[in-house]
Amino acid sequence: MDQLLNDFSPGLFFMQAIILLILIVLMRKFAWKPILESLQTREDGIKNALDSAEKARLEMQNLQADNKKLLNEARAERDAMLKEAREMKDKMIEEAKSEAETQANAIIEQAQAAIEGEKKAAIAELKGQVAGLSIEIAEKVLGKELSDNSKQEKLVDSLIGEATLN
Amino acid sequence: MYNLIGAGLIVIGAGIGLGQIGGKAMEGIARQPEAAGKIQTAMIIIGALLEGLAFGALILGK
Amino acid sequence: MTVATKSIKFIAVLVLMMTSVLAFANDGAQHQENHHEGGNKVDTPEEIKEYIAHHLKDSHDFHFYTNNETGTHVSFPLPVIVWTSEGLRVFMSSEFHHDDAGHVIVEKDGVRLTKIHSQIYELEAGAEEVVFDDHHHAENAHKVLDFSITKSVFGMLLTGLLMLLAFGALARGYKKGAIPTGFGRVLEPLVIYVRDEIARPNIGEKKYRKFMGFLLTVFFFIWILNLLGLTPLGFNVTGQIAVTVCLAIFTAVIYLFSGSKDFWAHTLWMPGVPYILRPLLAVIELIGFVVIKPFSLLVRLFANMTAGHFVLMSLIALMIVLKDLFGPVASTGMSLVLALFISVIEILVAFLQAFIFTMLSSLFIGMAVEEHDHH
Repeated sequence: MDQLLNDFSPGLFFMQAIILLILIVLMRKFAWKPILESLQTREDGIKNALDSAEKARLEMQNLQADNKKLLNEARAERDAMLKEAREMKDKMIEEAKSEAETQANAIIEQAQAAIEGEKKAAIAELKGQVAGLSIEIAEKVLGKELSDNSKQEKLVDSLIGEATLN
Repeated sequence: MYNLIGAGLIVIGAGIGLGQIGGKAMEGIARQPEAAGKIQTAMIIIGALLEGLAFGALILGK
Repeated sequence: MTVATKSIKFIAVLVLMMTSVLAFANDGAQHQENHHEGGNKVDTPEEIKEYIAHHLKDSHDFHFYTNNETGTHVSFPLPVIVWTSEGLRVFMSSEFHHDDAGHVIVEKDGVRLTKIHSQIYELEAGAEEVVFDDHHHAENAHKVLDFSITKSVFGMLLTGLLMLLAFGALARGYKKGAIPTGFGRVLEPLVIYVRDEIARPNIGEKKYRKFMGFLLTVFFFIWILNLLGLTPLGFNVTGQIAVTVCLAIFTAVIYLFSGSKDFWAHTLWMPGVPYILRPLLAVIELIGFVVIKPFSLLVRLFANMTAGHFVLMSLIALMIVLKDLFGPVASTGMSLVLALFISVIEILVAFLQAFIFTMLSSLFIGMAVEEHDHH
């Protein structure tokens, strides 16, 4: 310890203090500050680049997911539209069918009514004609047939033959 | 003469201490090789503290 | 590339400077009468011990080697700046003629100075030689305040210059592009290492920025000085107690002055312990922060570097000590292998000590600036 104290040189200590102080100041100004700042900016740059790459990747993923969603939506819409169209078609066919049926039924009914009417008219006419003919025949029979029986019969036959029912 | 004996004692103590530090550090590294860096740094620091103590004693006794 | 060309230029200038000063030094070194008996050969264990002790100390000139036949020293002198009782005196260390034992007395405007073991003494009037008492205190002389550009100061200036050049170039390199080129590629990871492995985890994400200047400067300063100590230039800057004291005081001042309110509250009036113990704890904590922590910092660095140099030089000296026992070839080979081995360890220690100093500094700063949750 004594020897150490003896070896301790205050002058050297003083010189060292001054040199170290000046060195720290100079190094700070001319070396460490610019070096550390450039290191910091470089590291920040790398970090930013990595971050933005990660962000771009996420965005890309989102975009892809969006695309998929859109595609799915479109597909669903198409399916729905197709389904609707099919239903509409079925409905239309159904409606057309039922309408046609009712119309047909109406026509048939009308026709039947008409036929009935015609028939009635025809029968009425026939009745009238038959009555007329009967009256005619009776007139003719009454007019001619007093003399000859055979002739009477002939006449009736011919008359009947004439009066073919139409 | 006496300070030489004292120096010897200091060196024995410091040796035991350093051996303990080194040995335990080795065990630690063997157990957890992934922590080797941290263990080494801590080992060096503790070794340095021990060294400071031993040197301090040696110089005071000189 | 600019860094490379710059450093080449720098080294060229340095070499030019050295050679010119060397020539000057050789002139002055001719007349000398002052070396201890037996010339400059380092042969016996005592001489080796003295040689090593001399190396571990700071010196006032930059000594490369001594030619034993002619007795010339190849070295260049450094300026001596001393504050004496008569005021400031400035002269070149060559005026001491490489004397380190107090034989040569330099007279400067009424002040008589002499140098013993790298320490400059001012002789009192009438005294011809420094006389020491039993406690190794000079009786007829006193130490002067020595602001000389010693070898250590020179080493620090060199390191500072190197750092400014290298890191300044790195800083300027960022203006051209985000990625450094050339030597900057080596330096940048080191800066990032200090920031991410030392400052950030210990001080905390929010506050580490303020201390980066100090931590980075101190880390590279200590590391480069430690490495310079391993070169044959023979610097032993971080092995000077004054240097490590200064570094530790810087750290202490920084963490004491940046201490948060919480830190002082916890240090001086520790919550959660009985009131009687609190003043005691405050004293212990204060001593810990003001004395023990800086002391351990400074002693660790000093002792490690001194011990490293001591062991390395002792192993080199084995070459001489064991020459008689094993013969020159075997002893040289042995010392070479051992010195090489220790040098490799010392390279690791050079980094480790810089790392630990910075690490513990940031740990202490982290303790001081930490803000606790109030419970």
